[in-house]
Amino acid sequence: MVTSKARILRAVKANQPNFISFVDINIPQSAEDLPNKFALALGNVGGKFVELDHLQEVQSYINENFGQGGRVLSSLAELSKLEGLNVIDTNPHHLANVSLAVLSADIAVAENGACWLPERNILQRVLPFIAQHLIILVSVKAFVATMHQAYETIGQDAYGYGVFVAGPSKTADIEQSLVLGAHGPRSMTVCLINEWSA
Amino acid sequence: MKDHSELSAIFNADEQRVNWHDETLWWIRQKRDKAVNTLPEWELLRENASQIKQHTLSNLSAYLEQFEAKALANGVKVHWAANAAEHNEIVLSILKGNGINRMVKSKSMLTEECHLNTFLENNGIEVIDSDLGERIVQLAKEPPSHIVLPCIHKKKEEIGELFHEHLDTPAGEADPQVLTEAARQDLRNVFLTRRAALTGVNFAVAETGEIMICTNEGNADMGAHLADIHLASMGIEKIIPQRRHLGIFLRLLARSATGQPITTYSSHFRTPRLGQQMHIILVDNGRSQQLGRDHFRNALKCIRCGACMNTCPVYRKSGGHSYQYTISGPIGSILAPNLDMKKHADLPFASTLCGSCTNVCPVKIDIHNQLYQWRQELVGAGYVDAKKKWAMKAMSFLFAHPSLFAWVGKVGRRLMMIGPYLFNNKLNPWYHQREMPRAAKQSFREWYKQRAKNNG
Amino acid sequence: MMTVGLFVPCYVDQFYPKAAIATLELLEKLGVKVNFPERQTCCGQPMANSGFAHLTQACDELFTENFADFDYIICPSGSCALHLKDHLHSSKYPEKAKQIQAKIYELVEFLVDILKVQDLKARFPHKVGLHQSCHGLRGLKLAQMSELVAPAFSKPLQLLHMVEALEMVTLSRKDECCGFGGTFCVTEEAVSVKMGKDRVADHIANGATYITGVDLSCLMHMEGILKRQGSGVQVIHIAEILNAS
Repeated sequence: MVTSKARILRAVKANQPNFISFVDINIPQSAEDLPNKFALALGNVGGKFVELDHLQEVQSYINENFGQGGRVLSSLAELSKLEGLNVIDTNPHHLANVSLAVLSADIAVAENGACWLPERNILQRVLPFIAQHLIILVSVKAFVATMHQAYETIGQDAYGYGVFVAGPSKTADIEQSLVLGAHGPRSMTVCLINEWSA
Repeated sequence: MKDHSELSAIFNADEQRVNWHDETLWWIRQKRDKAVNTLPEWELLRENASQIKQHTLSNLSAYLEQFEAKALANGVKVHWAANAAEHNEIVLSILKGNGINRMVKSKSMLTEECHLNTFLENNGIEVIDSDLGERIVQLAKEPPSHIVLPCIHKKKEEIGELFHEHLDTPAGEADPQVLTEAARQDLRNVFLTRRAALTGVNFAVAETGEIMICTNEGNADMGAHLADIHLASMGIEKIIPQRRHLGIFLRLLARSATGQPITTYSSHFRTPRLGQQMHIILVDNGRSQQLGRDHFRNALKCIRCGACMNTCPVYRKSGGHSYQYTISGPIGSILAPNLDMKKHADLPFASTLCGSCTNVCPVKIDIHNQLYQWRQELVGAGYVDAKKKWAMKAMSFLFAHPSLFAWVGKVGRRLMMIGPYLFNNKLNPWYHQREMPRAAKQSFREWYKQRAKNNG
Repeated sequence: MMTVGLFVPCYVDQFYPKAAIATLELLEKLGVKVNFPERQTCCGQPMANSGFAHLTQACDELFTENFADFDYIICPSGSCALHLKDHLHSSKYPEKAKQIQAKIYELVEFLVDILKVQDLKARFPHKVGLHQSCHGLRGLKLAQMSELVAPAFSKPLQLLHMVEALEMVTLSRKDECCGFGGTFCVTEEAVSVKMGKDRVADHIANGATYITGVDLSCLMHMEGILKRQGSGVQVIHIAEILNAS
């Protein structure tokens, strides 16, 4: 019996045109003023940008802006005062009541406000989606101009999962009225940490 | 069955609503313009994306095999479906094999194309669409009217009524904020209780075997990351060669679609989550046939941004449902006849060939030229009204005979002057809402002859 | 001296001879000697755009015979010129047909690109809206298209700006289709009319008393709507403005 795979591949092979090559383009991008460009772009997609001097200030920032109640969870070992996450025994459903997730991003893209979160930074894939609010910490080294540079940086990284997040979850499906907080976080704050080490 | 023209006439019976629909979509076109004009390299990106897609189509069989090998190595199960029926059976067997009778689904135009929901429901499986717009049309028992904005044809008051009926929102509540919150609460419970989640695929990378999914709501991820089984359905044309090419396509996609610089989430799935099953279903359903059609092959470059719909004045003023195909608007009109020429023979004629679609297309599909070409194919295959055929033959005869043309013109103009009722009547669709042009006393050629005579 | 053949589209010949006369007079004023082959009829577009390109053979042969010998062929219609450029085909004289495709010009294109007109002795003291017909715009690229990220230019405006006392109005949608579309205007009557009404409304809202353009087919469609509405706004082919004094 001929499998569907064989049938499809045979048809594709028979019907595809002669080989067409293409030229990769290189679009030079200015690397100037990236944090400010990022902040602007993030604002346009509904996110908030703040700058903190030290990692230690994150806790007080959370207290001031998100209150004391609610479950706050972080995948950063450095934020030892926050509830940590153990990937082996965490059932993603147990994260349903997380009010705030604090994560770190490897890359922050100035053209669109997107932050790159590979699986190792979030531990549970659902975390940046299921939390009611999201804080993403970045260092000044994280900024790149465009998606081209972002993928250059990612390179051949063997992540199992990775996501660019640009702003809070949103929808405009009802008469094109923008509503923040569709299924995922209602807010996203990106904190630039000037001095990462303690 | 009514055709596009008849359904458009019905849509146009409510002119205020047409204006609202037109202006909403034009606003998105303007947002798109604003976004693309921030990138001086925009046209270069389009050209490059087009070339990458053309290259991929020319080497598709190899890329598909490479993709499958990589995905398998990543621990993903890969299935091949030659048509919609096979696709649906594969989904059903995966669900049944795992004892699942409820599934949550994020946006996938391919599953709409395959009529998966109806099939699964007939087989005792409940499907809930999780994209807000898709959920709304699902509750309304309608198909999406736009590939990116499924319920763009619906007013918030109508959505409020649906939510009042199904989600217990207060009667008369039509605030988008309140309605979205109600859907959020309702669907959160769905995400947490469904063991299987099906998603679409925006791009599949041959080099790494990963798939990439774009959403603004986060619904694809909520479904996939909470479920035991993630099924992803993709057309075989979704392949791109390398991961870094995503950079090009992501820069183009959301800007073209909604004017956003990127969608909120661009999720890359390479391996299943720990303890999770991940299935990718590669679907042909007419795509390999389209690949063999020289004039129409390039339609397979489409990345489903919907920009051609937003810019198309015919789409804006006739509504997505008048196209009667899963994908409406200009791109749908060049994809649909590939699957069923007879059924969709009206669509390539539902255009003025203005060409705006071709200009906004981020992968440079020559949509309006393909519409022209489909017209030739459809006429050649005999899917055209006999009256039209005779009229065209008569016209062609007339234009081949200059003196007959001059004579008919003269008699025709004389008739228009002495008996305007011959033209100004109900049988003349021009006259229904427009006055006829005034017949000139003297045609240009008559004037020219006379001038030559006068000048001796 | 260059030889120039004037191609007057069938419906312009019959319904809008004034536009063809203005074209001829304007070219003559600019020192061009113009010939009008009398056995001409149509470019074949009505059949081809309806899917009957195979029926345009006789029409194409006739066109080729009529116009093969000129250095330039000028047509006061972007749509007809584009159709010939893209689709003219002759079995009898394939080479000649191909040559014609390279030497056919829409009027504005010819004035700007070939004659390089720098000034015109024309006067038209009215507020005018320019309708950018799609085939002239996106096919012949008579102006920059609003969809592209590219420098702005407009050949029709370049010429209209030379006309004394003329005031151009700015439209809210500067290059949207009017909905004529050939047989589309009758087969898709409802959408066609709605598109036309919306275009006309844009011109009126912005104060135009005349709507001009390079294609009378679009103008004829909008004229039909204007007249039905009892509007005093008139349509006028661009040649008539450029030739006005």
